[in-house]
Amino acid sequence: MSDVVLDIANLTIGLPPGADRAAAVQGMNLMLRAGEVTCLVGESGSGKSLAARAVLGLLPPRVGVTAGSIMFEGQDLTKATPAQLAKIRGARIGMIFQEPMTALNPLHSIGRQIEEVLSIHTSLDRRARREKVVALLADVHLPEPARIARSFPHQLSGGQRQRAMIAMALALDPKLLIADEPTTALDVTTQAQILHLIHELQRSHGTAVLFITHDFGVVADIADQVAVLQRGVLVEAGPRDAVLNDPQHAYTQALLAAVPRLVVPQRAPTEPGIVMLESIKARKEYRQRSLFGRGRSTVALDAVSVTLRRGETLGLVGESGSGKSTLARAMTRLLTIDSGDIVLDGDEITRIPQRLMRPHRQKIQMIFQDPYASLNPRQRIVDVIAEGPIIHGLPPAEAEARARELLGLVGLDPSAADRYPHEFSGGQRQRIGIARALALRPQVLVADEPVSALDVSVQAQVLALLADIKARLQLSLLFVTHDLRVALQICDRIAVMRHGAIVELADTADIYHSPQHPYTKALFAAVPGAAWLQKEAAHAPP
Amino acid sequence: MRRWRYFGYRLAFALPVVFGILVLNFFLIQLAPGDAASVLAGESGAASPEYTAMLREKFGLDRPLLEQFWAYIGNALQFNLGYSFRNDSPVFELILARLGPTLLLMLTAFGAALTLGTALGVLAAVARNSWRDALISVVTLICYATPVFWLGLMLIVVFSVNLNWLPTSGFENIAEGYEGWERWVDIGRHLIMPGTALGLFYLALYTRVMRASMLEQTGMDYVTTARAKGQTERKIVFGHMLRNAFLPVLTMAGVQAGNLIGGSVVVETVFGWPGLGTLAFNALQSRDLNLLLGIFFISASLVVIINLVVELLTITLDPRIQA
Repeated sequence: MSDVVLDIANLTIGLPPGADRAAAVQGMNLMLRAGEVTCLVGESGSGKSLAARAVLGLLPPRVGVTAGSIMFEGQDLTKATPAQLAKIRGARIGMIFQEPMTALNPLHSIGRQIEEVLSIHTSLDRRARREKVVALLADVHLPEPARIARSFPHQLSGGQRQRAMIAMALALDPKLLIADEPTTALDVTTQAQILHLIHELQRSHGTAVLFITHDFGVVADIADQVAVLQRGVLVEAGPRDAVLNDPQHAYTQALLAAVPRLVVPQRAPTEPGIVMLESIKARKEYRQRSLFGRGRSTVALDAVSVTLRRGETLGLVGESGSGKSTLARAMTRLLTIDSGDIVLDGDEITRIPQRLMRPHRQKIQMIFQDPYASLNPRQRIVDVIAEGPIIHGLPPAEAEARARELLGLVGLDPSAADRYPHEFSGGQRQRIGIARALALRPQVLVADEPVSALDVSVQAQVLALLADIKARLQLSLLFVTHDLRVALQICDRIAVMRHGAIVELADTADIYHSPQHPYTKALFAAVPGAAWLQKEAAHAPP
Repeated sequence: MRRWRYFGYRLAFALPVVFGILVLNFFLIQLAPGDAASVLAGESGAASPEYTAMLREKFGLDRPLLEQFWAYIGNALQFNLGYSFRNDSPVFELILARLGPTLLLMLTAFGAALTLGTALGVLAAVARNSWRDALISVVTLICYATPVFWLGLMLIVVFSVNLNWLPTSGFENIAEGYEGWERWVDIGRHLIMPGTALGLFYLALYTRVMRASMLEQTGMDYVTTARAKGQTERKIVFGHMLRNAFLPVLTMAGVQAGNLIGGSVVVETVFGWPGLGTLAFNALQSRDLNLLLGIFFISASLVVIINLVVELLTITLDPRIQA
């Protein structure tokens, strides 16, 4: 057919010896048509990003195409010379990346970086290029495009940077746009805007888009075609509605089933217990010190009052910079607030010195976001878990026994105890993190984005584990997340935060059915695939 | 505008440092046994108590310490750093006469080490794991390990004594009476060997740091972005990576400016270069305390100034640094 833009046939990408498998991508066939968005979906390590990079010949060293072809405008890109590829890159195929901060050169202005594309591929003179840059920035709906062109990447917000990246990728009206998780690093409301922008530009220019994502919500919002990649093998491909509503392959079915629904699941109401942890008008301000004049100050917490009861899960939901993590850290005394009080189990712990804080620490433990960075790579698992109890005076032999017992509780084999963190997957590490937090027999668990770094199938398992342990051990759980879908799954009450304040705090069911604050409503509307998720939830068996 | 404000901020921090050096200097003088009057009296050979007392009064040494301190600071701010009785000349004049050659030697060595080191580092990183990279690595390692005084002597043996290409020592050949352009060529010929001896160690250091810094940039996302734009590898290296990779090298070079002055003492002595280094060496041998402290003050101020210049360069190169 004439409107086929890209034809990937039998593509195999070999990995260097010693990798976990021989080929990152194995015999992949995919056809992209003009004016269509094709989502390539897969979990981490599925080879989706490498497949996309292979199109532009941007594979990392020692990774290469070993078989198959990538036909674009009558040319096989796998056999193109560097000079031929350079002509296509930027001009005929544009690309945007996950993290717009690092994808832009921090030392060059936005305008200069977009202008670069024009000076490589066109013969426009400097003035014409400058005018075109401003026009391009206006096209992606950036305010004051002339000022943005003069700005440096660090002076813009994440959403503005990604818009600038899109302007750069589409500068020469390419036939194909490759988008590698372009919204993953963005806040949910920004993500919705960027998705809308990509959709709008792609429709008006008739561009074919290869959109890499791990999020089925995003797929539901933007895709025309969907292709699912499992460990380098394309297991299912087809039109969006067919794949989403009637998945054929078992893997696709499992992935879709694991996507957290935008609905409050049926569960037994939690008995409201005594107040375990309380923040009373907590206020925290960050001041920039300056020699000349007064520094700017940022209010991270603006007189926040919230209570966490025994046996309850309280969700703190907000976008980056909303103060949700600051509040969690303030309530665990990992940082000291300027005014207000923090009360843990009846004891005021706002300002007591670190030395006296130690007995209280035992009652309150944290689970961190990044399961890779939060475990000491040189410590055996059993030592990671037993360290806390030993510090608090438990005999080492007893602490080790408790550690091994906890591994069973979080669903890991007891043999894991004698291994090192690098031998475990992300999900397993997060289980280890939970076991470590439980080792001190705390009464309150504070989980800061505990599932945000995990694949969706693993995410569901870890959430289920957390809910199960909380119920069994009668714990209170403070759950910090940016993802409303996740919060709905696990929380009894949800506090929505913005600019360091709680804008709405209500029972999960109430906040879902009748959000009061406009910001809460905006958050719900911005959840990727909201419409699809709600329809799914309605159809799902109770 | 904000950059200049940031620079002003840095400048404001530098002034107390210079003041601190002055304070340290003053109390070092006080710590030394005896005072200038007894030294002067001893020098003159007629150390009668009346004469010493008269000298004390003349130089204000009988006044309270605090008063002396403020007088000292006031004098220093007018570049009056005291009198060198050994050389029978004001300290500041002595230093001023030697400052030019030292600055010439230091800045030449520093500039050459920085530019060549950066270039070699880029070359090694671009040709990573090739024979060129290996060669550069081996040569830098040797330069890194060679003591400066030994290198200086070997240069003299090879290029002056055996090959007779370059003059063994000195700043210029006064006997020839060169003028204008010819004189500068002559100074340049004298400069080659001491400059090499002083700069080679730093050249090796900057090469290694630049190579590592470039390799770190290779994996950055913005490099992939540039490639995805269709930019050539050459322009990616020089247009994008070079400046990013150079920033850590520049920061380190600024920190090391002080070592460079220390290194010039050895080099100037070996090559008979009439700079601050030889002056300091002689002052040390003849226990000329006033002169030594004057050199201390001037070279410390020099380090502060070099650091400010590096700071200015950094904020020009990196738009992220702002007040």
